Amino acid sequence: MFAYYLRLAMISLKRNRVLTALMIMAIALGIGMSMTSMTVLHLMSSNPFAFKDEQIRRVQLDNWDAKSPYNDRDPTEAPDLMTYRDVTNLLNAKQAQQQVAFFPNVLAVQPAQQAVKPYMAEVLFTTQGFFPIFEPPFKYGHGWSDSEDRGATRVVVLGSETNDKLFGGANSVGRSVRLDTEDYRVVGVLDKWHPMPLAYQVDGGAFNDPQQMFVPMSIGIQKQLQSTSNNSCYKDSGVGYQGKLDSECIWFDMWVQVKDKADAARYHAFLDNYVRDQKKLGRFPRPVNNKLRTVSEFLVAQHVVGRDAKTQVWLAFAFFLVCLINTVGLLLAKFMGKAPEIGLRRAVGASRPTLFAQYLTESGIVGVAGGLLGLGFTSLGLLALRHLYQGTPTGKLAELDWAMAGSALAIALAATLLAGLYPTWRACQVQPATQLKTQ
Amino acid sequence: MEIRPILNALMRNKTGLILIALQIAITLAIVCNSVFIILQRIDKVNRPSGLDDNNIFTISSLGFAPNFDLKGTIRQDLDALRALPGVIDATTTDAVPLSNGGWGEGFSDGPQKVPEAQRKNAGGAVYMTDEHGVNAFGLRIVQGRDFNASEVSIRTKDDSGHPTSVIMSKALADKLFPNGALGKTLYSGISGTDTATTVVGIVERLQEPWVNSQEVENAVIFPQVQIGEYDAGSSRYIVRTKPGQRDAAMAAAQKKLGEINKGRIVRDPKSLQEIRGQTYRQDRAMTVVLGTVIVALMTITGLGIVGIVSFWVTRRIKQIGTRRAIGARRFDIRRYFMVENVMVVGFGVVIGVVLTYAFNLWLMQHYELPRLDWFYAPLGAVLVMLLGQLAVFGPATRAAKVSPAVATRTV
Repeated sequence: MFAYYLRLAMISLKRNRVLTALMIMAIALGIGMSMTSMTVLHLMSSNPFAFKDEQIRRVQLDNWDAKSPYNDRDPTEAPDLMTYRDVTNLLNAKQAQQQVAFFPNVLAVQPAQQAVKPYMAEVLFTTQGFFPIFEPPFKYGHGWSDSEDRGATRVVVLGSETNDKLFGGANSVGRSVRLDTEDYRVVGVLDKWHPMPLAYQVDGGAFNDPQQMFVPMSIGIQKQLQSTSNNSCYKDSGVGYQGKLDSECIWFDMWVQVKDKADAARYHAFLDNYVRDQKKLGRFPRPVNNKLRTVSEFLVAQHVVGRDAKTQVWLAFAFFLVCLINTVGLLLAKFMGKAPEIGLRRAVGASRPTLFAQYLTESGIVGVAGGLLGLGFTSLGLLALRHLYQGTPTGKLAELDWAMAGSALAIALAATLLAGLYPTWRACQVQPATQLKTQ
Repeated sequence: MEIRPILNALMRNKTGLILIALQIAITLAIVCNSVFIILQRIDKVNRPSGLDDNNIFTISSLGFAPNFDLKGTIRQDLDALRALPGVIDATTTDAVPLSNGGWGEGFSDGPQKVPEAQRKNAGGAVYMTDEHGVNAFGLRIVQGRDFNASEVSIRTKDDSGHPTSVIMSKALADKLFPNGALGKTLYSGISGTDTATTVVGIVERLQEPWVNSQEVENAVIFPQVQIGEYDAGSSRYIVRTKPGQRDAAMAAAQKKLGEINKGRIVRDPKSLQEIRGQTYRQDRAMTVVLGTVIVALMTITGLGIVGIVSFWVTRRIKQIGTRRAIGARRFDIRRYFMVENVMVVGFGVVIGVVLTYAFNLWLMQHYELPRLDWFYAPLGAVLVMLLGQLAVFGPATRAAKVSPAVATRTV
């Protein structure tokens, strides 16, 4: 039966090729536009640490100015970074399963081989908690321990690209790398790891590649470094580096790992108590306003998804809506034009459900064709976006993923069937008698 | 005019009317708001930075050798850069305009002991340059004077120097000192609370490095040079060249700096033009995307009207034939469809204008977009009206060609 309906539909579609092409184009363009923008939004709003979203928590304490909030546009928001005093106190308190604090800076790499010129590497100065919390995959070796953190031991974990560059991809654990005239012992090598967005450190660029070198944070303090991505103070920071460490200047990212929601509540209470204690020392002039967000909550609060991306999605769906209305109109025109034929077929015995199925098959074909062509448009659209947005987050993210492709087809088919419902229903209302009389 | 009969006929076919009107309405709302966004982005991208954009490049270096002499290297670097062929001037800087990275600071016309409400306060960017800064940036001094060498102080990790004078942008000067800024005292926290500096010069324009900032022209230049204040061993330069010699000078600079001191990495030579391109890439891309949406939307809507009206013409062939037979001219038939289209599209425009402003209101709330200027909707309405007429022209012409003879024929 279905094969027969298909054949009927094909004949009908071929009869008015321009109209058919118009409908398919409309659907395809609509799908292409919406899927292109959806793909970008989908990837922008993904969460690489969703597998332990409840457990990984961002620590934010509001240590800002009594007179003006950290963020004028959103006064309820606490600073996203922390002071050295607070991260040190919280790390030492060890009130969570795992805790980590870090900041980025650069070190000069002087490779042993002459072939590779000295270069600057982005380095994450982090405590050992980074590895158990974010679970980057290790190819060789492992992270370091508390004692290396305390002793500022010169150890390094390499990213796989850097290990390829410096050691030709070999197991380099135990070998040494020269950074800023000091030798660092390699303790671990990561496998390929590209969390997208870079949720653990969004303020330097949420869609940057991860650092390729990780060393104990205490080394950065010893070298008297601050962050290369963001340092903020609301008042004078005092004299010298020690002054900065003792000041209210913020430049540390801090995360903890808790067991579950209840444990998070317990840790949050601990933070509030900590701040109340600090208030006795004359710090934290603002009302207690600490945050302990999950990764996904943090990404939302940091506005990781660009506004333009959101606007584009809305526009694209409005566009798709226009395309669908268009299709309804065209299908209606087409089916109503066949009123005499419908009348005849009803007269010779075709039932309404049969006719309904037949005409719906026709809309379905338009939908599938439009969806397939729309997929083509989507890849063209993404190609165009990659080109237009070269070197920006959108440019990196504009890659077709198969889940999106599948849903594109499904949406196209469903939308067109839906658009076909009313015209089909109208077509089936044709009275055979009136039609036959005018013939 | 035959408005009444056309209206009556339309009312008998409400579905077609609603479908076209809805398309027109959404199209109008999207087109108006998109054009509005596009024009804003174009404005933003074309804003002058205040610098001589086309003839400037930046280059930086990071020393890693033990006992790296940063101070000496900076002095040698500057001498070498200024001596390069084609170079007009060079300076050290803490931040590069248009690069989205820099030092933000709160400025005030009074010290902290004065209650905040009685002071004028504004946030802005800090540029730290030596006495060659204004010339190397290519800024235009509209009032006062440039820095002299004796005013330049050094900032290190332990000592943030004692700047006594500043040059500020006109925009910020007007905000903080409406009665003239020259000679007044500007307060900031750049070298400790209440750093007091005298305004010695005002430049016509100088943008902050953050192009998305609300008040992008608030900038102050301090005559200071950072020597290992944050990163031991790092320095950054801005170099201005004669027109057409930038790229050659950039290559020469990279080579020369590498020779001066081998215990460092010379990196990121980049023209300001390239930085501008990268910084505004998203905005330019957005205009292209929106432009594409507009064109595609108008095309689809236009073709949709062609399709539906063609169908209407086919259905009315007998009626048209009859009208022709009893004396209607071709012109009358065509006019019928044109007028009908004006009515249908007009109906859509009425809904569309409401949608346009609703959409704008929504954008204002969620995306901090300004209010749409009043003339967008009327202009957009005229545009979609024209689109409707263009779309209906073909089918109407076909209708006008229907011969009176068909009226007498039974199909």
